[in-house]
Amino acid sequence: MKITLKVQKFDPEKDKKPYYKSYELDMEPMDRVLDALNKAKWDEDGTLTYRKSCAHGVCGSDAMRINGKNALACKVLIKDCGSKITLEPMLGFEVVKDLAVEMKSFFKKFKSVKPYLINQDPPPAKERRQSPKELDKFDDTTKCIMCGACTTSCPTFWADKDYIGPAAIVASHRFLFDSRDDADEERLAMMNDADSVWKCHTVFNCVDACPRNIEITKAIGEVKQKLLYDSF
Amino acid sequence: MQGNVAGGRGRPQDKFELRAWFFMRISGVILAVLAIGHLFIMHVFNSIENIDYQFVVERWKTPFWRTYDFVMLVLAMMHGTNGIRVLIGDYVRSPGKKLFALSSLYTLSFIILALGAIILFTFKAVG
Ligand code: FES
Repeated sequence: MKITLKVQKFDPEKDKKPYYKSYELDMEPMDRVLDALNKAKWDEDGTLTYRKSCAHGVCGSDAMRINGKNALACKVLIKDCGSKITLEPMLGFEVVKDLAVEMKSFFKKFKSVKPYLINQDPPPAKERRQSPKELDKFDDTTKCIMCGACTTSCPTFWADKDYIGPAAIVASHRFLFDSRDDADEERLAMMNDADSVWKCHTVFNCVDACPRNIEITKAIGEVKQKLLYDSF
Repeated sequence: MQGNVAGGRGRPQDKFELRAWFFMRISGVILAVLAIGHLFIMHVFNSIENIDYQFVVERWKTPFWRTYDFVMLVLAMMHGTNGIRVLIGDYVRSPGKKLFALSSLYTLSFIILALGAIILFTFKAVG
């Protein structure tokens, strides 16, 4: 199958503004977009820059806009994209080069919500036990791979870089609803911040973008609900 | 307490945004009922052909309809104003422009609300 891979290229050291470059490639329909990128880079243009690592939708390195929609290049099949595929970097971050973006601010926000278990009780001899029902409450949000596809699909984030974004809220939700975690008060205070959950206007772009199919808007809604119930 | 999310402006935390969000939910539900009721009365059971001054006189004879209209006016104005406030918060980034946008918004909303309320409560039938 002949395809045209149109990639947004930009080298801040050389280029004034981004431009597009097309690569004519012969691919199998069951190849992934990442395979096409690799082929373009290895056979045609060594300067083509993008991030990838696991190539199996686990590490979250290769989130980008594929035909306008955020996705992982290693999870999207060529046959689902048509013969003309446009690749652009995620929106809202500075471009380091071509498809690689600067994600420092993203991880800073992610870290700031303390995405780790906080429990002041001394660890029991075996493990901290939890019922399947208790796990159900946050199981969905444990699936996040921090690729940034959700946050960079959010119009609020495009407009307001101070918004912590869906990914950080998902990380907070994961511990807020974990029965073993006891930092509820601190976590809720963070989520009540003016730049936090209240900036979510339920646009649902994040849900569309998430390669792990996390029900992000629902999770954000649950955090809002918890804040509401706790305020009475 | 200080806002403590990285990237956030560390604005003091209070329950304002929470309440505003909750208000939008409640007022939205009430408005849906009131507005659909209003729509049916004005455009289904009646039409612009037979709505005239006399119609308004009849309608506003009872405190019920005045209250109905007043509640709808207040909720709609507050709901809409808060919606635009949130949009300004997202999209107007410079503090100066934000101050200007918000003060214009509040002034305008207040004028509309006050005008509506004055008419609703001081209306007297003539002739
Ligand atoms: S390369 Fe790891 S998620 Fe795609």
